[in-house]
Amino acid sequence: MAKIKPRVKVPKSAAAGDIVEIKALISHPMHTGRAKDKKGNKIPRKIINKFVASFEGQDVFTANFEPAVSANPYIAFPFKASKSGAFTFTWVEDGGAEYTASKKMTVA
Amino acid sequence: MKQTTKLSTISRRHALAMLGAAGAAVLTGVPAYADGAAVAAKIKGLTGGKSVGEGAITLDLPEIAENGNAVKVAFSIDSPMTADNYVKAVHVMADGNPTPDVASFNFTPAMGACSASTRMRLAKTQNIVVLAEMNDGSFKQAQATVKVTIGGCGG
Repeated sequence: MAKIKPRVKVPKSAAAGDIVEIKALISHPMHTGRAKDKKGNKIPRKIINKFVASFEGQDVFTANFEPAVSANPYIAFPFKASKSGAFTFTWVEDGGAEYTASKKMTVA
Repeated sequence: MKQTTKLSTISRRHALAMLGAAGAAVLTGVPAYADGAAVAAKIKGLTGGKSVGEGAITLDLPEIAENGNAVKVAFSIDSPMTADNYVKAVHVMADGNPTPDVASFNFTPAMGACSASTRMRLAKTQNIVVLAEMNDGSFKQAQATVKVTIGGCGG
């Protein structure tokens, strides 16, 4: 199985008051629990069911994914820059495994 | 391809197709796919039976998706996103997939704007419904149809 690797795009710097776009993607097969492998066995459900973006420890955006979200789930959302700080992104997989990434943004 | 949608009218062909699908489900006793009723029930569950308004939501969906495995779904909602007037949550549903849920999003005023973009799987041509919940407890919805050439549910 391909390695599960998060990728995030956050602007390095922004002007105060600007609304910036944050893009996050994680490589993940998002098994729906409906597909079958080559031998005809069902592949059990395993998806990223939750994505949380927090800024300086405070949750700002959460997404709950269902099996209908594509493999390698991608999410883009806005954020209003007000101060410099660090984002933490967390992806939660079925079964409780977590993958995280963090990025800093400087606000001038 | 931006579509600003009102409640889209269901074509005669579409209505017949839906009837056919419902009939087949009754015959075999296995509802293979969700349908408009499942989405309506879902919305009722989320809103608690409150009336749902229109407008303020802009959907960005393709009219035709060649590959149902990754269909872009994006929306933006007119909202000042201040502490006392913001969009709390948005639910994306599809009425032709095995289950109606696609994804839901929780917003906070810190975001400054309300929009999101992701990619979803669509098993066949179907309607996408976006339901937005405001912080004052009111609801808004928008709907659009996406034609799917190749379904995206594997197996």
